[in-house]
Amino acid sequence: MDFGPHLILAILEGAVGASVLALTALGLSLVFGVMRVVNVAHGEFFMLGAVVAWFVASTLAGHPAVGFLAALVIAPLVAGVIAMVVDRIVLKQVEYDPEATIVGTIGVLYILQQSALMVYGPEARPVEPPFSHRIALPWVDWGENGFGFYFPWGLSTTSYKLFVIVAAIAILLTFWLVMSRTRIGLIMRATQLDRETALAFGIPVQRVYSMVFGFGAALAALAAVLIVPIQQAHYLMGHDPLLLSFIVVIIGGLGSVRGTVVAALLIGMSDGIISVFLSPTLSKIIATLLVALVLVFRPQGLYGKKMA
Amino acid sequence: MTKLLKTSRRTLLKSAGAGALMASSPLLGRFASAQSSEPIKIGFQQHSTGIGAAYGRWYGRTTDAAVKMINEAGGINGRPVEIIAEDDGTDPKRGAEVVEKFANQHNCDVAFGTLFSHVVIGSAPAAGEQKLPYFVVSEGHHVASGGLNRYTMQPGITDVKSQVQAMAPYVAENLGKKVTMIFPDFAFGHDHRDFFTAAIEAQGGEVLEHIAVPPAETSFTKYFPKIPRDTEVLYHVMVGPAVLTFVKELGEFFGPSSPAIFGFIDSLEAVDLASPGLEFLEGTYFWEGNPRYAQEDQTSYDKNFRAAVGVDENGASVSDASDVSTYAHMFGCWETLHIIKAGMESADYQGPADRQKLIEAVEAMTDMAESDAHPQGPKMFNGKTHQVFGVQYISKVENGRLVKVHTTSIEDTMYPDEVDYTTQSF
Repeated sequence: MDFGPHLILAILEGAVGASVLALTALGLSLVFGVMRVVNVAHGEFFMLGAVVAWFVASTLAGHPAVGFLAALVIAPLVAGVIAMVVDRIVLKQVEYDPEATIVGTIGVLYILQQSALMVYGPEARPVEPPFSHRIALPWVDWGENGFGFYFPWGLSTTSYKLFVIVAAIAILLTFWLVMSRTRIGLIMRATQLDRETALAFGIPVQRVYSMVFGFGAALAALAAVLIVPIQQAHYLMGHDPLLLSFIVVIIGGLGSVRGTVVAALLIGMSDGIISVFLSPTLSKIIATLLVALVLVFRPQGLYGKKMA
Repeated sequence: MTKLLKTSRRTLLKSAGAGALMASSPLLGRFASAQSSEPIKIGFQQHSTGIGAAYGRWYGRTTDAAVKMINEAGGINGRPVEIIAEDDGTDPKRGAEVVEKFANQHNCDVAFGTLFSHVVIGSAPAAGEQKLPYFVVSEGHHVASGGLNRYTMQPGITDVKSQVQAMAPYVAENLGKKVTMIFPDFAFGHDHRDFFTAAIEAQGGEVLEHIAVPPAETSFTKYFPKIPRDTEVLYHVMVGPAVLTFVKELGEFFGPSSPAIFGFIDSLEAVDLASPGLEFLEGTYFWEGNPRYAQEDQTSYDKNFRAAVGVDENGASVSDASDVSTYAHMFGCWETLHIIKAGMESADYQGPADRQKLIEAVEAMTDMAESDAHPQGPKMFNGKTHQVFGVQYISKVENGRLVKVHTTSIEDTMYPDEVDYTTQSF
């Protein structure tokens, strides 16, 4: 493939990856920012979203869009409710102690994964996209008659992939509006800034924690519903998003929304482009190297605040 | 206080009644002629989870059906067959543990059923150490290449080297000579890469590009731009949970103008050909180990095999039309179990002490006629290399069905021996 079309294709693939990654990592970042706990089971909530999407889409007959739209609502709800239960029966019991929550959420990871294996089975199953048209992209080239358009092999995307990018941007904007313009957002930010003072001002911190944990899981599930028509649902699919989310959150600065989005773009795009041009393994190596460099030279992340 | 053991008339009658009941039970009666009516235990290393799960499910169903048939016909040497299935997670390390468990905990007579080549390669040394006959159903060339040991045999399914060697002339004559290959990046895919490249060069063709994809990959579009523009034939073989995504994205990548496409059905095993997004496969070619759709010239053996396993004429489960089988591979379990039976009978196998006699009996096998025990077709076993050879099929997608267009001969698939396991000591 020529360099130009190849690059465009790489950027398109990278953008889809980056959008989904941004949503997933944002959930992880939010939980850490507000609750100061590391949720190792985050990837499993992603998987849960995809699996629930499959169940919803396969029970609802009719046009695939019906099942997909229902899944967009139901899957994040289910993941959110399960996360809130986990918050109550696991995290609260260990009093949000940072080390204990890591161990606790590792346990939750295995419980969710193995439950999915038992209920859903070991197969990968597809969810039909609500719509998907192949869009061939033209490319200009110097031919016999001067510059001319032509449609190179493979330079194409699907309308659904473009929809994923647009949907992710819309969700990110909504998230930003909720955080900065609503009362709930204010309460969350207050809890993030200073838990004790928030408590003193009558903010029900325990309930905020449950809500944030559920909200974080719901974001991961939402990202999964968007990607599942492209990738299929599988009980082990939570591993990669977890790893990449951690990379993104560390590079962006734990708890920083802006940093998370910027880092997700950086990692998602570079992952797409490097894996198209060179090899997917190399792109993971480079992402991990980037984390190491950030940790050495800017431990608080790109946008993180220095801890006192 | 001691209690005297006294046989009263009542207890005598009771035990006599129980004895009569047992004698009249159909199962025990059938196996009564054996010296021991202990079951013959076959350890089944099953890919229930991990990337081989879809294969594992159907290997399980085929195995159950074959064992049911063998037991209904009187078992092996008058003894019933019992399958002890253990999940290996399609993981080489766990595979070796499972083999050791078969030998030491379950006291299995033989182990059987492994498909994925990296699991076979990981488990075979354990089978050799435990001196446990290990019948794999894998397609990998590692058995015939001499890389394993005398206890590991592949008598029920042909290997990749012979399959691709038989495909190359057809591809070169009918589809084109400039080939780009896409294959999974582990032992099985490397067999495809090495042997097809050599085979197509022998036909005067060439491979322009080798594209290796990790078997656990879930997104494939990024690999396709490496396909050179002057490719005449795209050769694809893929495994893992995301094969449907792989084929779909291949269609999206090419759109209306694609090169000729030749695939190994592995890329679509357990996947419904009618899935949305696969329409572009119409008119493309596939290697099939065993034709998924019942063909016009279907043999009675294939018919019986489908009925026993519960597969309809479209290759899907009779109880759920969306549950598509791994039809091109799973016959290997059926045939291997029948070979284990034949081997044990000719060796007069009585227990683990006779394991060497069993291996020697299988090594002595040669021709296997097409029959209910060998529904995929006639085969020729090479005792020296522990590998079986058999006919291969090429099918074309016509109206959303795979229609057989070419059957190779067994001779097309043969290659010179690379090892003589019979010279190795036990």
